Amino acid sequence: MSVNRREFLKIVSMSTILSLGGVVSISSLKNHVEASQISRNAKALTAKRWAMVIDMSKFTSEEDYRKCIDACHREHNVPHVTDNPKHEIKWMWTDTYEHAFPGNEDKYLSEKIKHMPFLLLCNHCENPPCVRVCPTQATFKRKSDGIVMMDMHRCIGCRFCMAGCPYGARSFNYKDPRPYLDESRENPEFPTRMKGVVEKCTLCYERLAHGLLPACVEAAKEVAAKKGITPGLIFGDLEDPNSEVRRVLNERFTVRRKPELGTGPSVYYII
Amino acid sequence: MLEKAIYGGRRYWVWIFCLLGIIGVGFLAYLYQFKTGLGVTGMSRDVSWGLYIGQFTFLVGVAASGVMVVLPYYLHDYKKFGRLTILGEFLAISAVIMCMLFIFVDLGQPLRVLNVILHPTPNSVMFYDMLVLSGYLFLNILIGWTVLGAERKEIAPPKWIKPFIILSIAWAPSIHTVTAFLYAGIPGRHLWLTAIMAARFLASAFAGGPALLIILALIVRKYTKFDPGKEAIQSLGKIVTYCMLINVFFLGLEFFTAFYSQIPGHMHSLVYLYAGLHGHSQLVPVMWISSILAVIAIGMLIFPQIRKNESLLAVACLATFFSLWIDKGFGLVVGGFVPNPLERITEYWPTLPETLITLAVWAIGFLVLTILYKIAVSVKEEVVFDKYGEKQIKAE
Repeated sequence: MSVNRREFLKIVSMSTILSLGGVVSISSLKNHVEASQISRNAKALTAKRWAMVIDMSKFTSEEDYRKCIDACHREHNVPHVTDNPKHEIKWMWTDTYEHAFPGNEDKYLSEKIKHMPFLLLCNHCENPPCVRVCPTQATFKRKSDGIVMMDMHRCIGCRFCMAGCPYGARSFNYKDPRPYLDESRENPEFPTRMKGVVEKCTLCYERLAHGLLPACVEAAKEVAAKKGITPGLIFGDLEDPNSEVRRVLNERFTVRRKPELGTGPSVYYII
Repeated sequence: MLEKAIYGGRRYWVWIFCLLGIIGVGFLAYLYQFKTGLGVTGMSRDVSWGLYIGQFTFLVGVAASGVMVVLPYYLHDYKKFGRLTILGEFLAISAVIMCMLFIFVDLGQPLRVLNVILHPTPNSVMFYDMLVLSGYLFLNILIGWTVLGAERKEIAPPKWIKPFIILSIAWAPSIHTVTAFLYAGIPGRHLWLTAIMAARFLASAFAGGPALLIILALIVRKYTKFDPGKEAIQSLGKIVTYCMLINVFFLGLEFFTAFYSQIPGHMHSLVYLYAGLHGHSQLVPVMWISSILAVIAIGMLIFPQIRKNESLLAVACLATFFSLWIDKGFGLVVGGFVPNPLERITEYWPTLPETLITLAVWAIGFLVLTILYKIAVSVKEEVVFDKYGEKQIKAE
């Protein structure tokens, strides 16, 4: 069978159009199939609104805090920027009472509380200002469980969220963070970042999906087990009246950071 | 009309190449920033916006101030501003272009800038800022070009342009109001959390922008055959005077609220800026220069005898411009971040690359401005006004 040029071109162009269409429909089908195939891990931890209570009495040494912070920072490949404190990346850190609760300081505050290092992290606010100001929805509040998430691939690095956050919970990669990672301690399960994006604590959403508690909560458990006491970090569902956090909130007096701003922080402190 | 920009004297080309030189150096600095990240600037975890966003904030005001000549001319039929309007509109164009560039150089991931359009976010003020800025740029290019084109052909501007002009008058305050909302609606930043932020922005814009326009008009008159009009410049001088007084009054209101209420958070930033806090006082001399310049400017502007002297008016306008440039282009942004929400103090000062990039963006703005003014002046030089400055008459 002989094909002239005109017919050949016809066949080529038609098959191109058909195959393009095919690729598009197959890929959209694939997305659809994949999306429905990803069913939640049966062990995944779920809640309507995750919250944390930090019982300060359970932390007695610098070492206790360090373990929680280390667990978090190692789990998430948080770079250890030591050469310039201005470019520090912090997901979890400590500060004194007067800086953790500015406006609540008191001249006659007990010396013990004055020098106590308070464990600080993103408050996963009920009404988060960072989500409100983000121009690309790179930071958003997950509807299912209230975690304030961060999509580092969508972030344009405008740093509006850093201006918006009244808790200083967000860090910006002023430089490439990778040289500040210790390769031997890198967690291959969690992505490393590039320069020019904002990052913060995401309550270990990736661990919750696998039925694991957040890394800091896990570390606090280990700390407590050694001392034979209950853990200092209590994690659970704020909307579930039978959850551990609700039980603690019911029994103990707790404070939150800057409640007057109306952001609704989900981290509570027992002092 | 663009071809008029390529005919110029020696001085014109020297100026153009100077600007191109500054732009070239700044571009190299930007490549360095692009490669290394924003770590090459003085910004930090605590002061996450600096000189770039400050310049953006200030220049939005300059852009918005174009309305101060357009409004009296079109709405109140104030004919004296007829020759100034095109200069105001073209100043607005270059100012908006600078604004956009300052936002761009401030991004950590500039290649993702389209995300703002790809993922429109109506809850973010920045989304509206993008809308109003690009809209204002479009309006000014359309209006300026159409009116000037008509003038070159010595015919009246087409009727369809009038609704756009009215729209641009309403649009101008919106660009600065929305920019003020970037700051005013944020919890936990006491210096910015003030209901009169937008009002303060407009007052300072309507003083600083026209002050720059007066200086530009005087330069245009000195170096070209085109005269924007003595009376027009004097009227603009009055606008600068009143707006500067209102601006200082508004600043006074902020001080009263903070210091009479005695709420520590509200006082901290102001104390840091004007007196220094806990031994940190890097910005104190800068802010005092701004205040002294403001006093000098007002002292000169309120006396009609001084204002009527054009060289003294130029000095007063320079003082106004630099006072507001420091106040809004630097102090306001940095002061909002210091002390940080945890009441810790991290100071900020721009670095060399940051300064070079900033200068380059200004140079791009001046390049655009020069080319636009060259075109406008070339057209204007060909037409001569009657002695009332109202009608254009043929040159003899």
